[in-house]
Amino acid sequence: MGINSKPLLFAVVSALVILVGTVVTVFVPMFMPSTQPVSRFVKPYTAIEQEGRDLYIREGCNNCHTQTVRPLRTEVLRYGEYSKAEEFAWDRPFLWGSRRTGPDLNRVGGKYPDSWHYKHMHSPQSMFALSNMPPYGWLAANKLDTSNSYRKCEILGYGYSEAEVQQQIADYKQRVTSPEYDSKATRDLVTPPALQSELTEMDAIIAYLQKLGRDVKAMGAQQ
Amino acid sequence: MNDSGYDYSIVRGFAYSALFWLIVGLIIGLWIAFEMFDPSLNLTPWLSFGRLRVVHTNGLGVGFGLSGIFATAYYMLQRLTRTPLPFPRLAKAQMYFFNLIIAAAAVTLMAGMNTTKEYAELEWPLDIAVVVMWVMFAINVFAILIKRREEQMYISLWYLIAMTVTIAVLYIVNNLEIPVTLFKSYSIYAGNNDANVQWWYGHNIVGFIFTVPILAMFYYFLPKATGLPIYSHRLSIVSFWSLIFAYLWTGAHHLMLTPLPEWIQTVAIAFSIFLIAPSWGSVVNGYYTLQGNWEQMRTNYLTKFFILGITFYGLQTLQGPLQGLRTLNAFFHYTDWVIGHVHMGTMGWVTMIISASFYYMIPRISGRELYSIKLANIHFWLILVGQLAWTITMWIGGIQQGAMWKATNPDGSLMYSFLDGLTSLYPYYRMRFAAGLVYFAGILIFAWNIFQTVRQAPQTTETAEA
Repeated sequence: MGINSKPLLFAVVSALVILVGTVVTVFVPMFMPSTQPVSRFVKPYTAIEQEGRDLYIREGCNNCHTQTVRPLRTEVLRYGEYSKAEEFAWDRPFLWGSRRTGPDLNRVGGKYPDSWHYKHMHSPQSMFALSNMPPYGWLAANKLDTSNSYRKCEILGYGYSEAEVQQQIADYKQRVTSPEYDSKATRDLVTPPALQSELTEMDAIIAYLQKLGRDVKAMGAQQ
Repeated sequence: MNDSGYDYSIVRGFAYSALFWLIVGLIIGLWIAFEMFDPSLNLTPWLSFGRLRVVHTNGLGVGFGLSGIFATAYYMLQRLTRTPLPFPRLAKAQMYFFNLIIAAAAVTLMAGMNTTKEYAELEWPLDIAVVVMWVMFAINVFAILIKRREEQMYISLWYLIAMTVTIAVLYIVNNLEIPVTLFKSYSIYAGNNDANVQWWYGHNIVGFIFTVPILAMFYYFLPKATGLPIYSHRLSIVSFWSLIFAYLWTGAHHLMLTPLPEWIQTVAIAFSIFLIAPSWGSVVNGYYTLQGNWEQMRTNYLTKFFILGITFYGLQTLQGPLQGLRTLNAFFHYTDWVIGHVHMGTMGWVTMIISASFYYMIPRISGRELYSIKLANIHFWLILVGQLAWTITMWIGGIQQGAMWKATNPDGSLMYSFLDGLTSLYPYYRMRFAAGLVYFAGILIFAWNIFQTVRQAPQTTETAEA
């Protein structure tokens, strides 16, 4: 066979052969609106939620938790409404995961109060004695770095002005540091005194967890 | 020592790198295996499971796997073209650069700088470094092929060409990202598209690191080690082209029952099933090569590695497509069954073939006899038993887990909480850790054997390697 004595031709033909399946199943779908439908109910993350999402990525939470509920009876019973394509329009990168050492988190938003998350992140074993989740209490000892928050939202195309981003950060800080905050006691328990009036990394990751799946609940309520 | 002018220092350098990252990667593997049943080893953020798991996969997949591939590729390329390496200094630079990237990858991943994309977690500056490193490799591959003194390119060279081209395409397309800072970037794709691109990459990078170049080794070193010619050249041709054609359609079988459009999932299942044919083409070719010479399984220590290796490849390529079927996927996906599946391929097929290739290659490039065939046999049995205990434990654990997730009471409510399912796996996780220790002992013996081979005084002076 002639091609076996022509290395460059061989390389070009190999490239064409691997590109057939690639074009049909990967490149073409990128330009089909049905692959990524958009819903007016699915809102971009706030700057704080986005910071929390980045921390979720930094800590590799996706190695143990999925974020996609499959349309199977027991799965819907366990987690809630199955995942819809619209939900992920703002997700860069996607965080569906591939393994459930821990439960799926796609519907965790609103399932527990913030205080539950503070306690659980601080010491998963204090909530579930046999859990194998690592403790993340140290996140509360890290002040949240918001220096890139605006730039992140800008790159992700969320459409917030710089002032809006600052407002979102100030609002959330106001919320979790206020004496009125309904999870104040638990937050103070896990947050070092010096940071109790600041935003911590743990505040941000909890803000993100509480966002998960909420827009779809709103979508379901409307329909 | 070799008048042919072949550059073997690069082969040796990459072989040592492979052994080093193999041991490091396995230590991290044991560490995270322990964390699975006892979280007390999550000592600092740097050693927490979420960060270390990717150091394990990158360290072994890329650090060990690719080093082993580079070592054997530089050997096979020179032998099969009967041509010395055109740019030996470039190859040496590539080797140092490669190890630097892996070290930087380990440190940055432990520091939490990652993009989360499975097997493509490196942040953008390292992605660029990887592409540069790959170009350095590709220059030598194509230069030696153009300058070659052997007219026909042997099967192994086809696989090496396909690997060189495809990994470049996969890596660049999946890693397109917009930087925020030096340590943070966002994928240019969103949601469903990002998932689709990622698993097109994720499935195929495994294929083009853990299948294609390992088959190149198999087709080269099996006839060399056994003295038997490959059974059918025509079967090799058909297997090769249908394998690389069908592979790239199948990534979405990792995304069954997700919001990805259903037609992409269905196409992926169909091609996954088709893929059994070319995979088994190579398996059959391997078995038939041994036709009438099966006594070599007892008399030739290398034959065992190759035949058991291709057997695990055959089981892997049968199990994989079946897992893609919707009904089975609904049961097995997200469970430990999949972890068992992956490790049969990596601990069985990949490591056995790379081990045997090194046993064949290292004595020849250093002009010494293998230090101990007896130790090589012990190595074989330890990694065989370790791997089987490891994967079978995970298969059983995965079935139990899947069954518990699905179990319902007569009134239709769930029978078990999620935590019930997790805690019931702890005995399996302990067994998996123990099996990992057995496997690790085998690998230490392997490294020791290679190390002693190179250290001892040269015993063979003749160049019986034309």
